[in-house]
Amino acid sequence: MVVDTKKHAELSKLLQKDILDMAFNSKTGHIGSAFSISDILTVLYFGVMNIRPEQPLWSDRDYFILSKGHAAAALYAVLARRGFFSPDLLAEYRIDGGKLHGHPCRDAAPGIELSTGSLGHGLSVGAGIALAILNKTPGRVFVLLGDGECNEGVVWEAAMFASTQRLTNLIAIVDRNKFQGFDAAGAVDLMPLEEKWRAFGWDVQTVNGHDTVALTAAFEAAKINTTTGCPSVIIADTVAGKGIAEVENTLLAHYYVPTEQSYKDILTAIYAK
Amino acid sequence: MRSDFVAQLIIEMEANPDIIFLTGDLGFHALEPLKEKFGSRFINVGIAEANMVGVAAGLALAGKKVITYSIASFMTMRCYEQIRTDVAYHNLDVKFIGVGGGYSYGDQGVTHHTIEDIAIMRALPNVKVVCPGYSWETTEATKALLRDTGPVYLRLGKKIPPTFAVPTGPFELGKGFILRTGTENDTKKADGLLVCAGNVVHTAIEAADILSAQGISLCVISMPSIKPLDTALLIESTTNVRGVFTLEENSVIGGLGSAVAETLLASDAPKTKFHAFGLPDKFIKTVGSREFLSASIGIDAASIARTIAEILK
Repeated sequence: MVVDTKKHAELSKLLQKDILDMAFNSKTGHIGSAFSISDILTVLYFGVMNIRPEQPLWSDRDYFILSKGHAAAALYAVLARRGFFSPDLLAEYRIDGGKLHGHPCRDAAPGIELSTGSLGHGLSVGAGIALAILNKTPGRVFVLLGDGECNEGVVWEAAMFASTQRLTNLIAIVDRNKFQGFDAAGAVDLMPLEEKWRAFGWDVQTVNGHDTVALTAAFEAAKINTTTGCPSVIIADTVAGKGIAEVENTLLAHYYVPTEQSYKDILTAIYAK
Repeated sequence: MRSDFVAQLIIEMEANPDIIFLTGDLGFHALEPLKEKFGSRFINVGIAEANMVGVAAGLALAGKKVITYSIASFMTMRCYEQIRTDVAYHNLDVKFIGVGGGYSYGDQGVTHHTIEDIAIMRALPNVKVVCPGYSWETTEATKALLRDTGPVYLRLGKKIPPTFAVPTGPFELGKGFILRTGTENDTKKADGLLVCAGNVVHTAIEAADILSAQGISLCVISMPSIKPLDTALLIESTTNVRGVFTLEENSVIGGLGSAVAETLLASDAPKTKFHAFGLPDKFIKTVGSREFLSASIGIDAASIARTIAEILK
């Protein structure tokens, strides 16, 4: 697949601006977790995934589940920019009487496949969908997890189940931004993460989660690897709060709420890249 | 009860190819016919209840009707958040089958005593809670929950042969059944009303027989559907009785007794005496069978009859 890196870069910037607007408008956090996945979502929604925004429940579609639901702002932004709903709806994020929660709710807007927010749920549900559609539709199921989320035991229950069932249409992405709620990820030792997934029967790739060419290639390879009979995981190395100089690669990125001045500074920085 | 469930389920799965059955590695000497008959639609997901419920939600999101199966304590408590978030929140077509509710696994110890499941499952929005008491209710409940398109918890106990006339009317979720009127064809003149759910129906009938011999009449209602509750039947049957009693093999906190009390207090029904028979708010560490443990805490027929007689004195 030819990747229009310039277009992807522009889209990723637009998503970051949307996320920033949502955080600033609602005076809420989780901006760092949303920024770290903006490139991944751009590649999925504007290149890899076979979807029809005008027909969100199309039976042959690819599914996307945001298991790390606290990055909801990024999902809302990409769905809006891909045409699932009007970008005007983004102004309803985390405000009294608004339509968009801090964590995705399936009923809130078209394109949200699963309500999430409690960590560790997405991979099991994704495995269930993958099992239901395996060899029946061309669809694939993409599940995005956080690295901290991999602390949850049920992630590994799901990992065992998916490889046992040979769910070749299931692709997990671990957003390895190296931070979690109260610490750098590693409060519980996750390493060696690649070998853990491999030991659970998955095909494993590691990529720079901000390199849209590398991400696209990894998703293509995951498709090719369906011949091995394994589900695929892409471990995407990302930067928490990517592009926000004040908090980039810090725990604060998870909780950071931009002030008026920092809002302007971040916006300038996004478009200076 | 489990064999009644399996027998009916075979009929349902033969008729509906979208039904998928998941077990959390349980069902020895019970589920083999399902496994043999339905192949890939019968999946042992291993000893991983949380994942089982998440997978069930995914299958249901993709259009399947899914049954999950385990021992009642593990079916509800081990995966409660998956039930809440993945299934109840999305209002999906997933049925939870908990076998061995209450003290069914008495001598296996406290981990296997399921005393909280009715209370916690009843607290979940969108989830219906059904506790059949004997063979007919189990078969009919199985049909009814598979007709339903939302989440339902079915709590099964040990097989109990009915010692009373089985109702002839249709079974629906949300419907209770008068098993004994207490007096000849007029429930309103009984001295007391005993509402029961689950595999304690026979105990309720036995208690009513003991009291009848003492000249105390008891109307007995089986209420297999704890949520939704048959509030109309309940309120109507309360009129003119001197005491309302409930019996269940669940903690006295949050189960049938609570549901009945909440309903009656909020209604215009006349105030009566009330007592909930159920499991005490403690872990019973005594070793013994279901019958032994039930008697030790006073929910055998003789103890129930004695307590009701005292209250109605």
